Amino acid sequence: MRKITYCQALNEAIIQEMERDPAVFAYGIGVPDHKRVFGSTNGLLEKFGSERCFDTPLSEDAMTGFGLGAAINGARPIHIHMRVDFLLLAMNQLANMVSSCKYMSGGKLKAPLVIRAVIGRGWGQAFQHSKTMHCCFAHIPGLKVVMPTTPADAKGLLISAIRDDNPVIVIEHRWLYYAVDEVPEGDYSVPIGQPNILLPGSDITIVATSWMNVEALRAAKIMKERHSVSVEVVDARSAAPLEDAIIVDSVNKTEHCIIADNDWIHCGFSAEIAARIAEKCFGKLKSPVNRLGFAFTPCPCTRALENLFYPNATDIIRAMEEKLHLEETDLSGENFYTYENKFKGPF
Amino acid sequence: MITTKKNEKMNKISELSLPCYKKLYLIRRSEKKIIAHYFEDQMKTPMHMSMGAEAIAVGICQALESNDQVFGTYRSHALFLAKTEDTDDFFAEMYGKQTASLKGRGGSMHLCSPDYGFMGTSAIVSSVIPVAVGAAFANKQANNDKIVAVFFGDGAVEEGVFWESLNLASLMKLPILFVCEDNGLAVHTPKSQRRGYKSIIDVVSNFNCLTYEEKTTDVEVIHQLASKAIDRIKTEMLPCFLRLRYFRYLEHVGVNQDFDAMYRSKDKFEQWLKADPIGLQRKKLKDLGMEEDEITDIEMDIDSKIDSSIAKAKEADFSGISELYKGVLA
Repeated sequence: MRKITYCQALNEAIIQEMERDPAVFAYGIGVPDHKRVFGSTNGLLEKFGSERCFDTPLSEDAMTGFGLGAAINGARPIHIHMRVDFLLLAMNQLANMVSSCKYMSGGKLKAPLVIRAVIGRGWGQAFQHSKTMHCCFAHIPGLKVVMPTTPADAKGLLISAIRDDNPVIVIEHRWLYYAVDEVPEGDYSVPIGQPNILLPGSDITIVATSWMNVEALRAAKIMKERHSVSVEVVDARSAAPLEDAIIVDSVNKTEHCIIADNDWIHCGFSAEIAARIAEKCFGKLKSPVNRLGFAFTPCPCTRALENLFYPNATDIIRAMEEKLHLEETDLSGENFYTYENKFKGPF
Repeated sequence: MITTKKNEKMNKISELSLPCYKKLYLIRRSEKKIIAHYFEDQMKTPMHMSMGAEAIAVGICQALESNDQVFGTYRSHALFLAKTEDTDDFFAEMYGKQTASLKGRGGSMHLCSPDYGFMGTSAIVSSVIPVAVGAAFANKQANNDKIVAVFFGDGAVEEGVFWESLNLASLMKLPILFVCEDNGLAVHTPKSQRRGYKSIIDVVSNFNCLTYEEKTTDVEVIHQLASKAIDRIKTEMLPCFLRLRYFRYLEHVGVNQDFDAMYRSKDKFEQWLKADPIGLQRKKLKDLGMEEDEITDIEMDIDSKIDSSIAKAKEADFSGISELYKGVLA
């Protein structure tokens, strides 16, 4: 199968869906400009014209309500934000209007609105360009939230989001845009709500979200080589809804679990997963469920502090070693991912 | 000649004056019935009454086509009844019963009936305005000739999203009527505590947006203004902002008067009451030649329709557990 980047996969999903359904349109700040949201909206303006691909005033709040209004009148809007942090200006629309639209209309109105939001990281992004926020959106009934990790999921989940009759927030990690992997050329969808086993294993389960899957896969490789430990990496993929059978089955099998969330830990999505494992795998667990996440601070700008802020493959390895009572392996010769040393894949 | 004049009067009665009066009376009497029954504590929903503002909703809805769309606020009894005239649904929702189309999910503050083009309301001030703008965008794209009218109070123009929405509608030249129902109060806070501008119309006029303002309780004047506005929206392809002043007869929330709270004067109320929109329109019908008996018969029909809706709502069952989880997601 041909290989393309995560960014190209997103782009292909939008183009194919806009070709299939004339009700789909894409809009947002900078969407048709020369940078095309890091390339993910390439070609839309040329193929579909300015009526279906347009720039907007800097009005995230109104533009979100605008998307809802268009959606209830039959359109299928895709609203794109270069940072998820900007979407917080529209939290009122999300929590008070978009999420409750169907319920409050007695089921008569539907809101097939897609909101794409990019998570930034590295090169001084600091505390207003680096949040994830999936737990906040997922907390609200009536919103769906997905966070694809692989290029194939980026295309398949975005297609599902566009075809879904509910509002769906798609959270995309900027560093994953470079990932290259096999992506089917045609039309396919990945069901929203289902985790995905990225790496099968038998000794310990790592449940990860977004970029943390890349760190988990790297950690799994080293654990195999150094400790002969077989790690199962489960990509949660969807924060809402979350069908947990794949996670529960995995933990029942491995009897150990670490959750590596691309977010803060306190009151986060990792707490939801940990609670479900506690409820459904209690008798099987051989160790407490552990969680890894951002330091509980705003994200600092300078590299030295930023490196301390984010958990990485080393942290995951050390957490597994501690859990499984293994000696710390020497990682000094290993080459880990940074923004200078981009992750290219394949998965 | 005399016959022609009489025909003209008859036409005016049947085409505008009487339909407007019927709606005004329906709204006023429905709210009077809410007041009469509220103490029974069976309508457990915070009532934000429309009383005093009826001519605005009726005049504008009468100027709209039936498939045009309206959006409102938590104070939308008048708008809902002007657009739908569906008292069965209205009272069933006030009583929170399963016979209502919303099954008791919304109550007084969250009326919604898309089949009638009553697209929804919000109790967060200004939040429905951008949604209405998006609906107008989709209508323009579909080239379906529909107009959207979005109603809000004067407090709404203090929210940032109002300005974002006005800018957007003006930029995209959308077929939308912004209806500012200006009673000079945001809850209990007077305009002197809130307005840092001299004239909202002057400010809005600097956008690519048509503007009108009027201080009247005459439903036909409002109807005429709205008709003119809608005509210009369609021919000039611009949005339009209407500022219409009225006096809120009752407290912010609840069914009582609150002049004893001293934040506004009863004298002003009494001045406005002299030109009460319902009384004014009733007088017009008589001036046009309708007999007292004719009008009373029509009023009695409306009263019995309201009574029947209330009786049905009281008898109906509440929704059960199956309804709680229905319709969160498609």
